[in-house]
Amino acid sequence: MSNKQEKANAYWKENLKYLCILLSIWFAVSYGAGILFKEALDTIQIGGFKLGFWFAQQGSIYVFVILIFVYVRLMNKLDKKYGYDE
Amino acid sequence: MSVQTWTYILVGITFALYIGIAIWSRAGSTKEFYVAGGGVSPLANGMATAADWMSAASFISMAGIIAFAGYDGSVYLMGWTGGYVLLALLLAPYLRKFGKFTVPDFIGDRYYSNTARLVAVVCALLVSFTYVAGQMQGVGLVFSRFLEVDMTTGVIIGMVIVLFYAVLGGMKGITYTQVAQYCVLIFAFMVPAIFISFQMTGNPIPQLGMGSTLNDGSGMFLLDKLDGLSSALGFDEYTSGSKSMTDVFAITLALMVGTAGLPHVIVRFFTVKRVKDARKSAGWALLLIAILYTTAPAVAVFARTNMIETVNNKPYSEVPEWFSKWEITELISFNDKNGDGRIQYVADEKTNELYVNRDIMVLANPEIANLPAWVIALVAAGGLAAALSTAAGLLLVISSSVSHDLIKKVFVPNITEKGELWAARGAATVAVVIAGYFGINPPGFVAAVVALAFGLAAASFFPAIVLGIFYKKMNKEGAIAGMVVGILLMLFYMLKFKFGIFDGGKAAVAGLKANWWFGISPEGFGSVAMIVNFIVSIVVMKFTPEPPKNVQEIVEDIRVPSGAGEATGH
Repeated sequence: MSNKQEKANAYWKENLKYLCILLSIWFAVSYGAGILFKEALDTIQIGGFKLGFWFAQQGSIYVFVILIFVYVRLMNKLDKKYGYDE
Repeated sequence: MSVQTWTYILVGITFALYIGIAIWSRAGSTKEFYVAGGGVSPLANGMATAADWMSAASFISMAGIIAFAGYDGSVYLMGWTGGYVLLALLLAPYLRKFGKFTVPDFIGDRYYSNTARLVAVVCALLVSFTYVAGQMQGVGLVFSRFLEVDMTTGVIIGMVIVLFYAVLGGMKGITYTQVAQYCVLIFAFMVPAIFISFQMTGNPIPQLGMGSTLNDGSGMFLLDKLDGLSSALGFDEYTSGSKSMTDVFAITLALMVGTAGLPHVIVRFFTVKRVKDARKSAGWALLLIAILYTTAPAVAVFARTNMIETVNNKPYSEVPEWFSKWEITELISFNDKNGDGRIQYVADEKTNELYVNRDIMVLANPEIANLPAWVIALVAAGGLAAALSTAAGLLLVISSSVSHDLIKKVFVPNITEKGELWAARGAATVAVVIAGYFGINPPGFVAAVVALAFGLAAASFFPAIVLGIFYKKMNKEGAIAGMVVGILLMLFYMLKFKFGIFDGGKAAVAGLKANWWFGISPEGFGSVAMIVNFIVSIVVMKFTPEPPKNVQEIVEDIRVPSGAGEATGH
């Protein structure tokens, strides 16, 4: 296997690792906190918000935005590390 | 000045702006027509994507739907934003690297098959046409309610405007008008929300106001008050909802995956220069969408509370002016069943005397809260911006599917650049006329079919694209089998449980609820069909030949971001 090929494979592996982590968080805040564990979290109240309800209607959306920008940063760094940035 | 005058002024100014931009950004080549020349900045593309995505439904209907559904409305909030995470992480960068003009382009090339391309074209056309008819209807509604022209005239005015900038400017014209439309629609949505939030809670930020205490000196939390009001009238508690957990889960998933698979959203990411710009503009797009999507649930809470407080148990003779005004449009109506002259608004259908259309929650909200005339007029301009921007994006998908994917790639491969550009313009014109026709004569099933569009996108495009990128060995047999089985299963489920076709028509639909598979509604079934698509694709692939070497090399190539070059049609 050529050097170029190895580099591409290593890059892809790290990319997949990031995807797994970020998508786990994506799943946890929406399907986890907003749906599956909503009832349990609703017993906690912050201000006027029951926590489960807040995740479903506000919190998950904020986390989604943050996730994409974190991904952008991670990938820009990764591109640089492997010399794929232009 | 009256609301009417303000509306004419604001709508007039915004329309003049859109036309001005269209003239300034005419498309001179197919590349400019399909992908705006490929040099759009990430922020501009983010704004355009946000306007493209937020339709008349997001602007006019969503807050109202949530106001009446409470917690159950969360499926739309999470579903229509969470899809962008999938889009940014799993699709956009790789499709940009692939560097073609359309989604069927990717499917056709990645699966080395014109059959796959045709399946994708059919899906793209089906999804886009159902959507665009809804937008035209939205344009007509805003015109007829705010400017008192009749609906047909309203739709025709809308058609002419969209035709003008979509046909002339293609993607380039659409992109820069969408940037302007985003500004108009977000301003129009936020101003009344901020006013009302401040009025009700003393906190000008609606997202926080929603969780604050009321301004009336009671010290009670707004949400607790609304929960109390809802239970007292026999509704489910606002923050609890009534759908089953399985169904909420399935609908959210179907909407997320469907969003990520919608062709008019995906093509926006072909317009930026580099792969890293595609990632970044997905971030901008979601941030800009989130401004509206986190405000909408707050507007829902304000509006619902306001409405119950203003009209429930009040004598009909003393209703405020807005009530009588919206009664004319039949968006709100009162039927004094017990003859006591008072309005009883309760959950029980037998004694409930008030009918409220959900759209009124955004359209009439500024009036209910007694806001100044220019704020009310602003809502009209915002609704039009939302509907027109989405309609234009969809028309472009339709025209490029016809001129590029069908005419150039399948039927007349040696068509000249100029010929293709004219074909694209012709297709856009025909599409506008058809969309306008459906806007004026809406088939009764529009709303149902829009839900179907998400299911279809989830069941067809999403698995095919994701497998195309992440599973090098996925072959054409697997992908085509998966798409066909996914779509047919989704169609079957919708026809059976949404239209009751196999059990004696619409009347049977309610009775079939008990037979839903796994307790999942037709709206949520797209997630099941998507999973079936994945399984079928992988099983069929195991028994059929590997894709050719050069295709596997293409997959390797789209996984690394450098050397994306410019989008090409060849």
